[in-house]
Amino acid sequence: MRSEMKRALLNPIVDDNPITLQILGVCSALAVTTSLLPSLYMCLALTTVAALANASVSAIRHYLPSSIRIIVQMTIIASLVIVVDQTLKAFAFETSRELSVFVGLIITNCIVLGRTEGFAMSNPVGLSFLDGIGNGLGYSLILIIVASARELLGAGTLMGITVLPTTADGGWYNPNGMMMLPPSAFFIIGLIIWAVRSWRVEQVEKPEFQIHEVHRTEVL
Amino acid sequence: MPDAEPKITSERDTIRRTLLVAFLVSLLCSSLVASAAVLLKPRQEANEARHMRRNIVDVAGLLESGQEFEELLGHIETRVVDLQTGSYVDHVDELRFDPVKAARDPALSLAIPEELDAAGIGRRSKWGSVYLVRKGGVLETIVLPVRGRGLWSMIYGLLAVEPDANTIVGITFYEHGETPGLGDQISKRPWRDSWSGKQLFDESNDLKIEVVKGRVPPDSPLAPYHVDGISGATLTGRGVTSALQYWLGDHGYGPYLQRIRSQPEGS
Repeated sequence: MRSEMKRALLNPIVDDNPITLQILGVCSALAVTTSLLPSLYMCLALTTVAALANASVSAIRHYLPSSIRIIVQMTIIASLVIVVDQTLKAFAFETSRELSVFVGLIITNCIVLGRTEGFAMSNPVGLSFLDGIGNGLGYSLILIIVASARELLGAGTLMGITVLPTTADGGWYNPNGMMMLPPSAFFIIGLIIWAVRSWRVEQVEKPEFQIHEVHRTEVL
Repeated sequence: MPDAEPKITSERDTIRRTLLVAFLVSLLCSSLVASAAVLLKPRQEANEARHMRRNIVDVAGLLESGQEFEELLGHIETRVVDLQTGSYVDHVDELRFDPVKAARDPALSLAIPEELDAAGIGRRSKWGSVYLVRKGGVLETIVLPVRGRGLWSMIYGLLAVEPDANTIVGITFYEHGETPGLGDQISKRPWRDSWSGKQLFDESNDLKIEVVKGRVPPDSPLAPYHVDGISGATLTGRGVTSALQYWLGDHGYGPYLQRIRSQPEGS
């Protein structure tokens, strides 16, 4: 049981990372990562929602009629997201302005529904809760890496504190404007996936088909 | 231990059971959402109001004075102006009046004729808010809210002018969805600072303020009224210009500014 809990918690961080291996939740990873602070709040929001949604769905899994199971999961997730969004607006006002609609969009984040349907529907409450935390952490790890890279290279700051003084402020660093735009997150996530798969070769997917080379001798 | 293959029991999938579960889940979730919304509302509204006041204090250049924020708030007087006549409206709760919300209320607003609607906002409230910053009773700055369509989004801003209703003290854009790294420079310091000291009107009282494309030649006769554009954000700059043109023009705060200039306070 212990090792299973450890697996549920730690596996999604590198070995089964929702972004780099499952390639889920990329939308918000592009949108909120222009600077580090809002990304941290986003990570916190997603981890909370994933853990609580997993636990609640798991708690009622034996009573859920299969015909309405997805819509019930969505209802639970949507309610949790609204509560988290309202809480951020009340207690972290400035950051919630920056995150704007993206907290609300956790509802459509495939990581959360993917885990409730794929894990919580067939596992006990405690284990499902840990799986939610684990997937939240896996998502957070990637978001923090991407956001640090983008804020540092795009604005020369980290958490709003100047690290590389920019030329506009009389320093030496000429910020890379592309880092402020969503495509740069694609490039960084791509590089991370490349790095992870060179390190953990077993994550490389098998090609779905192989081009068959036809030799002249075969045709004849 | 993961459960064994989930059993599709007929009992779990009956219509009665399905309706019951749907009802209970909806009831529970809606009460959760409703209580969160109701309990947190006062705090959120306080945040909203504080954010607005903070922007006003900021645009009036008071933050640099080193005084406490709470203390600075005491210098701001909120008034409501009838935009058509330019005189103050008295019988209204100034702090609760929201011109953006009022613009959606047919009783409190009017449609802007298309040829005048440079800012692309469609409707405006009959009244507008102004924020007067006083020090020791003497009027120091007048802050006017402006808004208009930029490249992607509605841009909301505040313009602070001296009591001559002509010289710009500062400008800020506190809500917009312009391109990150390009158009969103409008809310950043270096560009905002380039506005201070510019004039809105020329000697013959024509509204001349404009964000130009590229740099303003320093020897240009229009240099006091022209602001450098942001490269890569020409359309955002054009949006800012039209917003100011509308709100400072005859259909916006023009009559009010006229009145301030012809009869300054205390005279």
